[in-house]
Parts: sequence; structure tokens; C-alpha cells
Amino acid sequence: MTTKREAPDASSDESALGADPGAPGASIMTYTAGLVFALLLTGASFLVAHSHVLWGPGLPVGLAVLAIAQMGVHLVFFLHISSGPDNTNNAIALAFGVLIVTLIVSGSLWIMANLNANMMAPSAVIEMQR
Amino acid sequence: MSTRVARMGRADAAGAWMPDDSGPAPVRIVVAYGFWIFLISDVIMFSALFATYAVLSGRTAGGPSGHELFDLRRVAVQTLCLLFSSYTCGLGVLAIDRRRLRAFLVCFALTFVLGGAFLGLELSEFWGLVARGAGPSRSAFLSAFFTLVGLHGVHISVGLLWLGFMVAQVASKGPRAFVLRRVHCFGLFWHALDIIWVALLSLVYLMGMR
Repeated sequence: MTTKREAPDASSDESALGADPGAPGASIMTYTAGLVFALLLTGASFLVAHSHVLWGPGLPVGLAVLAIAQMGVHLVFFLHISSGPDNTNNAIALAFGVLIVTLIVSGSLWIMANLNANMMAPSAVIEMQR
Repeated sequence: MSTRVARMGRADAAGAWMPDDSGPAPVRIVVAYGFWIFLISDVIMFSALFATYAVLSGRTAGGPSGHELFDLRRVAVQTLCLLFSSYTCGLGVLAIDRRRLRAFLVCFALTFVLGGAFLGLELSEFWGLVARGAGPSRSAFLSAFFTLVGLHGVHISVGLLWLGFMVAQVASKGPRAFVLRRVHCFGLFWHALDIIWVALLSLVYLMGMR
């Protein structure tokens, strides 16, 4: 059993298995820092939603800012997105994903709000059919 | 698997393609990149459901609104469960990178327990809603709510299943390169689910309580 475990891995072309550093920039410190930042931002979100710290109509914007900040914390500290050379492709793919997500969400909201504003009330339709 | 596609290179001043002397990217990088693409496609699917929910969140058809239905204390516990499970998952991946098998098992067991607690709380919330007559067929708002939150719950369930497979593979095959790559992909998946939960928490629960 022990000899089998030490056998070289045939399905991999990485010769120096023991030298595999894992994800660069990952350490207990980064994860702990990410956890602390995420806890602070989550607490702030709950506080803002519960109390009247923010001006009422500005609440959605405040929550959105806090949520986007926390997503950034998760991306950097947990998913290790960086500007390093072997991370360029991931960052470009992420930017493309963010573009598509923005188009889908804002486009849907825009179109549906427009439809709602231009929709005739049902009573007016009945009136016209008379 | 061909890694030739991912060969790094750069164009020189005249615009000609100059291959890098570092050769093809290691399998670890290529696999993580492929899985990253999958995660982004998953997030795009979620974004369509988020847009649906945002459009339909006010259409309660005379039924209960989020303000009457949501229990923020339960949601806060769920958030903490998922956040700490993300943390222990990251520590577990670090531990297996350093070949510390026992620490890996402890971290992943904690991740499983915290993820299971999250799922249990979500199921009890769904059960309570259906028992109150606020099931997915009550209004457009509730259909969108159950679809969006339920899909996240399905992802968590699949993640827990995958976590179990990963622990079994590490236990039976040892920390070999291909097992480590799968553990890394699982870590990415689990952290991405936490990111989606952040959006869910803000849009559905905190905005819904206004």
C-alpha cells in the first residue's frame, strides 16, 4: 500500500510532484484576512438593512456597494484572483463574465420597467373594446 | 489531455508571435482555467434568475411579501455557516497541498457539517413557507424566490456530495497530483457558491426586508 502511494503519477506530466506549490498567494493568513473582511462587510450589510443609518431611498445602493465589495474580497482572498502572469486568462474570463452578467441583469430590468411604464391598465383596454 | 493549447507566449515589437521559453502551462493551471470558465458560465445562469427575481419581486398577487415571510435571524446563521465553511474549505485545500492528511480531514469534515447545517436551515425555511400556504405556486414573487434560492441549495447539495467523493479519493488514493487538482476545483466551486450567496443575501433577503 505504501509503495503504491509513492509510485509516480502516470496521468500527470508534472514530474516534480512534491514541489507543487498549489495556488500562489494562498496561506492561512490570506484566508483569515478574507474571513475577517467578509464578516465585517456582512455585519455592515445587516446593520444598514436593520437600522436607519442610511437615508431610506439610498439603501439599495448602499447594500449593492457592500455586496460588490464583499464579492471582491472573496475573489481576491478565497479564489486568489490576482494580476500575476499565470492569472491573466482567468482575469480576462472574469471580466467577460461580469460584462455578460451586467448586460443580462440591467438589460432585463430596463426592458421590463419600460414595458410596465408603457402598459395600458386593464380597465382602459376594456373601455376601448366597447 | 493536450496542454499545447495553453502555451504561454507574447508578441514581440514587430507583432510576430514569440513562444515563451517557459513551455506549455502546467496541467494544474490549465485545469483550474477550464473549471474557472465553467464557474463563470454557472454565474451567468444565476444572473438570468437574479434578473427574473428582480423583475418579479413585487408581484405578490395579493399574497404575502418578503417582508412578512423572511426570518433574518435564520438568514444570518445561514450566512455565517456558509462563510465559515468557505474558510475551513480553504484551510483544507492548504493542508492537502502541504500533505497534512489529518488537518485536511478535520477541515473538510467541518466544511461538510457547516454546509449541511446551511442546507438544513434552508430546507426548514422552505418547509415552513409551504406549510403557511406560501409555496412556489402562490405568486410570481414566490415562484422566482423558490427557483433562485432553490437552485443555490441544489448547488450546495451537489457540493456536499462532491466533498464526500473528494475525502474518499484522498483517503483511498493519497494526495496524488490528479486528486489534488480535483480538490482544488472543489475549493473553487465552494468559494463561488459563497459569492452567489452574498448576492442572494443582499438582493433577496436584506432588500426584501425593507
